[in-house]
Amino acid sequence: MMLFFFYFFAALALIAALSVVLQQKTLSSALSLILCLGAIAMLYVQLEAAFIAVIQIIIYAGAIMVLFLFVIMLLDPVSERFGRPTNRISYVALPIALLFAFLIFQASIAYHPQLNGKGTPAVSDIAAVGQRLFSSYLLPFEVTSILMLVAVIGAVVLAKKKL
Amino acid sequence: MIPIQHYLGLAAALFCIGAIGVLVRRNVLTIFMCIELMLNAVNLTFVAFSRHLGEIDGQIFVVFVMVVAAAEAAVGLAIIVALYRNRETLDVDDANSMKW
Repeated sequence: MMLFFFYFFAALALIAALSVVLQQKTLSSALSLILCLGAIAMLYVQLEAAFIAVIQIIIYAGAIMVLFLFVIMLLDPVSERFGRPTNRISYVALPIALLFAFLIFQASIAYHPQLNGKGTPAVSDIAAVGQRLFSSYLLPFEVTSILMLVAVIGAVVLAKKKL
Repeated sequence: MIPIQHYLGLAAALFCIGAIGVLVRRNVLTIFMCIELMLNAVNLTFVAFSRHLGEIDGQIFVVFVMVVAAAEAAVGLAIIVALYRNRETLDVDDANSMKW
């Protein structure tokens, strides 16, 4: 049952990812990416990471992808209709990338972890994440708040009509 | 419990699909979306390891990766809007004024 759940959402994520890369229209790629993010969120639920699954839906699919859709609609919703949609470099890049994909896939499925007593899943609800985030990782957390401020200022400055 | 190799293999496949997309596509928005796909593959690896090693630190790092991805998406899309406003094209092959 769990295996069926995994294979269903893994297949959905893979098909959606291929659709992102292969679609001609940018809008279809964006919607496929939203579907892929939803499938990955379901895999997070199966990995007992409920907080990560929820913030994946809220932040990634709900904020970042909506921003993408805004920009796609603003700029050019029916782009790539004329001309070749792919580079000429793809004739060289694609075999090399497929070889790389094969190697990294083989390496990842050959991993057998030496658990040594670990491997009992800790409690991973939002309280546990919050405890660790605000005690051990407090400095990176505060630094990311400055990062967000810089990103907001940068986005406003870069998108102005007259720089 | 599903063995971790399943999740690692899926994350590797998603990462490589995203990488191939970045190399092959010409529309700059599609390239950006393939970058987000790669970030999601890495997130999946982190959460899978967090589950199978019993540590919560993997999920903390996923929070930081998402924060950085959001900031990068905002700034990157602003750059794309500025590029379109100046060049009237979304084709990366046309943005070659710094090429040799």
